[in-house]
Amino acid sequence: MKNRSLRSAMTTNTFLWGWALILPTVIGLLVLNIIPLIATIYQSFHKTGDFGKGNIFIGLKNFQKLFSDDAVLQSIINTIKYTIAQVPFSVIIALILAVMLNKKIRGRSIYRTIYFMPMVVAPAAIAMVWRWLYNSEFGLINNLFNLNVNWISNPSIAVFSIAIIGIWSDIGYNMILFLAGLQEVPKDYYEAADLDGASAVQSFVHITVPMISPILFFVIVTRMIAAMQVFDTIFMVMERSNPALYKTQSLVFLFYQSSFVERDLGYGSTIVVVLLMIIMFITALQMIAQKKWVHYN
Amino acid sequence: MQRRNILSVIVMHGVLIIVALIMIVPFVWMVLTSFKTVGESVQLDPFVFFPSEIRMEAFTRVFTTNNFLNLYKNTLLMIAFRILCAVITASMAGFAFGRLHFRGSDIAFSLVLIQMMIPPQIFIIPQYQMISRMGMTNTIFALVFPGLVTAFGTFLMRQAYKMLPKDLEEAAKLDGLNIGKTFLLILAPLTKSSLIALSVFTAVFAYKDLMWPMIVNPSKDALVLASALAKMKGQYVSNYPELMAASLIACVPMIILYFIFQKQFIEGIATSGGKL
Repeated sequence: MKNRSLRSAMTTNTFLWGWALILPTVIGLLVLNIIPLIATIYQSFHKTGDFGKGNIFIGLKNFQKLFSDDAVLQSIINTIKYTIAQVPFSVIIALILAVMLNKKIRGRSIYRTIYFMPMVVAPAAIAMVWRWLYNSEFGLINNLFNLNVNWISNPSIAVFSIAIIGIWSDIGYNMILFLAGLQEVPKDYYEAADLDGASAVQSFVHITVPMISPILFFVIVTRMIAAMQVFDTIFMVMERSNPALYKTQSLVFLFYQSSFVERDLGYGSTIVVVLLMIIMFITALQMIAQKKWVHYN
Repeated sequence: MQRRNILSVIVMHGVLIIVALIMIVPFVWMVLTSFKTVGESVQLDPFVFFPSEIRMEAFTRVFTTNNFLNLYKNTLLMIAFRILCAVITASMAGFAFGRLHFRGSDIAFSLVLIQMMIPPQIFIIPQYQMISRMGMTNTIFALVFPGLVTAFGTFLMRQAYKMLPKDLEEAAKLDGLNIGKTFLLILAPLTKSSLIALSVFTAVFAYKDLMWPMIVNPSKDALVLASALAKMKGQYVSNYPELMAASLIACVPMIILYFIFQKQFIEGIATSGGKL
């Protein structure tokens, strides 16, 4: 009897301590994230009144407007183009580099340090430099290779030029994650494959890829989600007057534009709700597809 | 066999060096341009690679006209307070979620997971409206606001507390310590490496963020490094020596820290779960 009351006193004690310790985080998350999530969805069904005051309920009108808004539809295409260009290259290049650096090779840590460097530089500064490198008249790239390409003002290639900046920025980060995964692969698997006369490419396809498929999957999913949210580089590289802006602006760029330049918070909310839906849809697809190729042991 | 090995090592170094050059050249070009005159930076036939002499004019001009000391100060305060908030709240919650079994902890933890799954732009408009209604725009508080608590940090610290040996609490109980003391005196000191990772991640994340500072702190005295660069882009339209000097001044402190604390940086950012 005494024992039971002691136990229940302990449970109460743990309960009180537990809630006291998580309370700041729980309140913070409610105020900063959960309520805003609901508020954004709520606002997407409203029209922002003059001076940002007085929301008027307009039902699905914002969504109707959005899906007949050419700029938004184009920005969805731009975002998808960026993602399709940025993610595969930044993943594949990083994987190849990680496989090389996983071997006993001289200067490993120097290479690693250099490749990772873009991760600690503000995208605002990175974008500024690339804008200068891309400059069609005085830029390093055109002058070094004797080209005459309008990297960021030609509407049909500008989005890919932006993607190159994204690839350049992400390679080191992806590589570090892959290196961590590769170190878990037992060395004797490769030795056995070697004895059986497998080539480097064969052991890469049949040992490396399946063994690190969980990390590969994680990197692809998180990089795609991040790519769908591209903003900084586009905002910094593309001038307002740039003729290629229309064909480069991403969904988040339009979200910023509508919400904080044109001050239409209702429409801005609608754009970002659509972004959420697209990201959830793509993530769900990948969760289904992973069963076909990801091996958890 | 031996020759094939040597050949493959040479090929690998060749590839690795080419990629290293691609990674370094933009930084080198930034440095070289920042020492040039505007005339040199736009000279063709012949195209100028190196400045004729090391000139600091672009630096001094950019540094004085933009009050970089103030930008450093704002950025530093934002980072410091965000780290402080993250370390305190995430340690507390991480310990509770990781070590204590109590009613409601699962539901509470689902809030953490929800936040981590949702693209952060969803929160920005209401967060901005709150700051605006509080009349707190153009303050350090506004910069820190979204980072008062951290879902990702809570998740990270929960993992850290979970991995500590099981018998620590037993020993603490024998010594007559209550839950709070067990947390602070016994367990928290053992999570140092995770706290360093969390701090590095928080610092780099805050330092890189562009949209939030632009929205809440538009006035000249309240800018941070990233948002100041965005403003200068319009100011100096095509004065690239000054734009490069400004970019360099903005990123040098973090690069120096990175070279000193490489291991911590790489680990800290690698644990960020793709949030950077």
